[in-house]
Amino acid sequence: MNYTFIALVENKPGVLNRVASLFRRRNFNIESLAVGRTENPEVSRMTVVVDCPNGDMDAHKIEANLYKLVNVIDVQDVTRQPSVTRDLALIKIKVGPEKRAEVNGLAEIFRAHIVDVAFDSVIVEITGTEDKIEGMIELLRPLGIVEMVRTGQVAMTRGLTDGVRRVQGVTGNRYEDVSEMAEMAP
Amino acid sequence: MKKTGAEILWECVVREGVEVVFGYPGGANMPIYDAMLSYPIHHVLVRHEQGGAHMADGYARASGKVGMAMGTSGPGATNLVTGIATAMMDSVPVVFVTGQVAAHLIGGDAFQEVDMTGITLPITKHNYLVTRADEIAEVVREAFYIARSGRPGPVLIDICKNAQVESCEFEYPENVKLPGYQPVDHSPKEALENAVKLIEKAQRPVILCGHGVLVSKAEEALMNFAVKTQTPVASTLLGLGAFPASHELSLGMMGMHGEVHTNLAIQNSDLILAFGMRFDDRVTGTLKTYAPHAKKIHVEIDPSEIHKNVAVDVPLVGDLKTVLTDLVPMVDEYDHEEWKKQINEWKSEADARSIMNWPDDGKLYVPHLIGDIWKATGGGAIVTTDVGQHQMWTAQYYAFDKPNRWLTSGGAGTMGFGLPSAIGAWFANKEQEVWAVAGDGGFQMTAAELTTAVQEGANVKVAIMNNSFLGMVRQWQEFFFEKRYSAVNMLSPDFVKLAEAHGVPARRVTKREEVDEAIAWARSIKGPTVIEFKVEMEDAVYPMVPAGAALDQMLQRPVKK
Repeated sequence: MNYTFIALVENKPGVLNRVASLFRRRNFNIESLAVGRTENPEVSRMTVVVDCPNGDMDAHKIEANLYKLVNVIDVQDVTRQPSVTRDLALIKIKVGPEKRAEVNGLAEIFRAHIVDVAFDSVIVEITGTEDKIEGMIELLRPLGIVEMVRTGQVAMTRGLTDGVRRVQGVTGNRYEDVSEMAEMAP
Repeated sequence: MKKTGAEILWECVVREGVEVVFGYPGGANMPIYDAMLSYPIHHVLVRHEQGGAHMADGYARASGKVGMAMGTSGPGATNLVTGIATAMMDSVPVVFVTGQVAAHLIGGDAFQEVDMTGITLPITKHNYLVTRADEIAEVVREAFYIARSGRPGPVLIDICKNAQVESCEFEYPENVKLPGYQPVDHSPKEALENAVKLIEKAQRPVILCGHGVLVSKAEEALMNFAVKTQTPVASTLLGLGAFPASHELSLGMMGMHGEVHTNLAIQNSDLILAFGMRFDDRVTGTLKTYAPHAKKIHVEIDPSEIHKNVAVDVPLVGDLKTVLTDLVPMVDEYDHEEWKKQINEWKSEADARSIMNWPDDGKLYVPHLIGDIWKATGGGAIVTTDVGQHQMWTAQYYAFDKPNRWLTSGGAGTMGFGLPSAIGAWFANKEQEVWAVAGDGGFQMTAAELTTAVQEGANVKVAIMNNSFLGMVRQWQEFFFEKRYSAVNMLSPDFVKLAEAHGVPARRVTKREEVDEAIAWARSIKGPTVIEFKVEMEDAVYPMVPAGAALDQMLQRPVKK
């Protein structure tokens, strides 16, 4: 089963490589990984979708291993949490003028947009859950998809609740405390 | 005050309490070596960077302080890799400082450029690439803190040459800023109470004592817990010495080459208390049948070890000493007489097969030699080993009563560890007697460090157990490959001449009656010595749990007719 994690990490060179290397070394299978900035310039946010054949046991393993990385600040599992998840796809279809209307019709149903029109092709932009995007792709496929790109899933919990934190000793959102705990005398 | 990056490095390193550094200079770290001359640092010039890494490792294990090793860029740095992995697998705090080509050359395949932070990513606790002088103070401060705190481990700092020579304002950072790094100290009360409930119900409990007991300095807390609850203590390879081998509750070593009664106790227990250990495959045998009747309490500072190999009933994440100190007043006193009696019965059955009862048959057996060294040294020496048969025999027969005297590469299983780690351990305490027990194979991997020992006057006693085979591989081929010996016949140089060529006094021993005198001779000399013992060629380490078998499916030593 796929699990979705949100990881807040220090915005430093090489951190993405550390996370990716960890997943490879511990033999976790990444389905999707999206990284971007947050409202705090010192913090980046990753949404990682991972296949967890052993369910929560694997999820614990992933969270605990992420905390082994010095630059990882906070990890939440939002798989079973009410949350908004989005993926964005750009899909290029080889269609001439005669079929543009058909594509346009489909796009409207899916609340997608046509963002580029050339003589013999169009680009459709669609945002949504994975299911919705998969649904549209299936309908567009017979028309002739020549190119496609997807950003990977990003996620955010609804309301002010957090995701699940399984690792013992990690209580509450460590990110909220970043400024207070910043200085430690070793 | 303005200082160069190289000076800042030493300013910080000296403040971390470093007195001795093991290293090798080269093009990319020359400014560091130049600046070093102005600081109170004793530098040990090693013969190969791997030796330097193991020396820093041995120094750290014996002293409890952070060790430090250095190499130049490229091959100098890659030669450290085996030593870094060794320290990582055994959670040893060592800071490695490597030179790197100038920042503007990085990525251009410059002379002696190797991506060290990339290579060492999976074998360090953390690593740094430093491209500017003004990063160095903060990085060094963090590196030492990360290396020694939480679950310790190696940290690598790769410093570009330009950062070593450039100058900047130096202000020592009193604090570090690591928002993501917060080792857990103590376990919550509810979790401890859950553990107490299991302890109350237990009839056949066993403590599994791991390296974490030593790292956390929890020996006394462990003793208090074990005595109060009268729980027998089995030890992992690296946990030996944390609980005195001569104590009536000590079961000795568990696992693949563990004692028969110890493995039987684990398999028949109804409660396992795993203290600072990680259920390595070498101690569990196959997981399918591991301790099937036992509830499991796991005290461990690294949360990623919880449920990693063995799912446990009560995990207690935290510093072992803190957790045990909290736990001891919460538990009642027990006697567990029946359980202890049962274990003692298993023990006497197994003891009847012990090689230690064999009379002298004209051959040299390693277990006897280890027993002789133990006797001569009063059981108080620091003992290091390489990896293989001699390592297991030393673990079995040098009964460690005191902590931090037993230095061996457990997780990584690194051959060539013995001699250099012994030299490092000697630097930790020069009054302490140090023995390196090596095999003929492993010794040849790092034998060049004999000269380092001579140059430093390191008082280390090397005992080479020469069976003219790669013994452990030969044993596996005998047991599991129908005695088809493949690439295990080992021709060795004349070890006595080799040692003497290094300026090391040496002897060869072939008979049991020469042993005591040879050991006494070695101990009487101040400085390194080598004794080569020509031992029985095809002896095997018993008991043995074959890989993939259940922990109580042990091959035992045949009874001597």
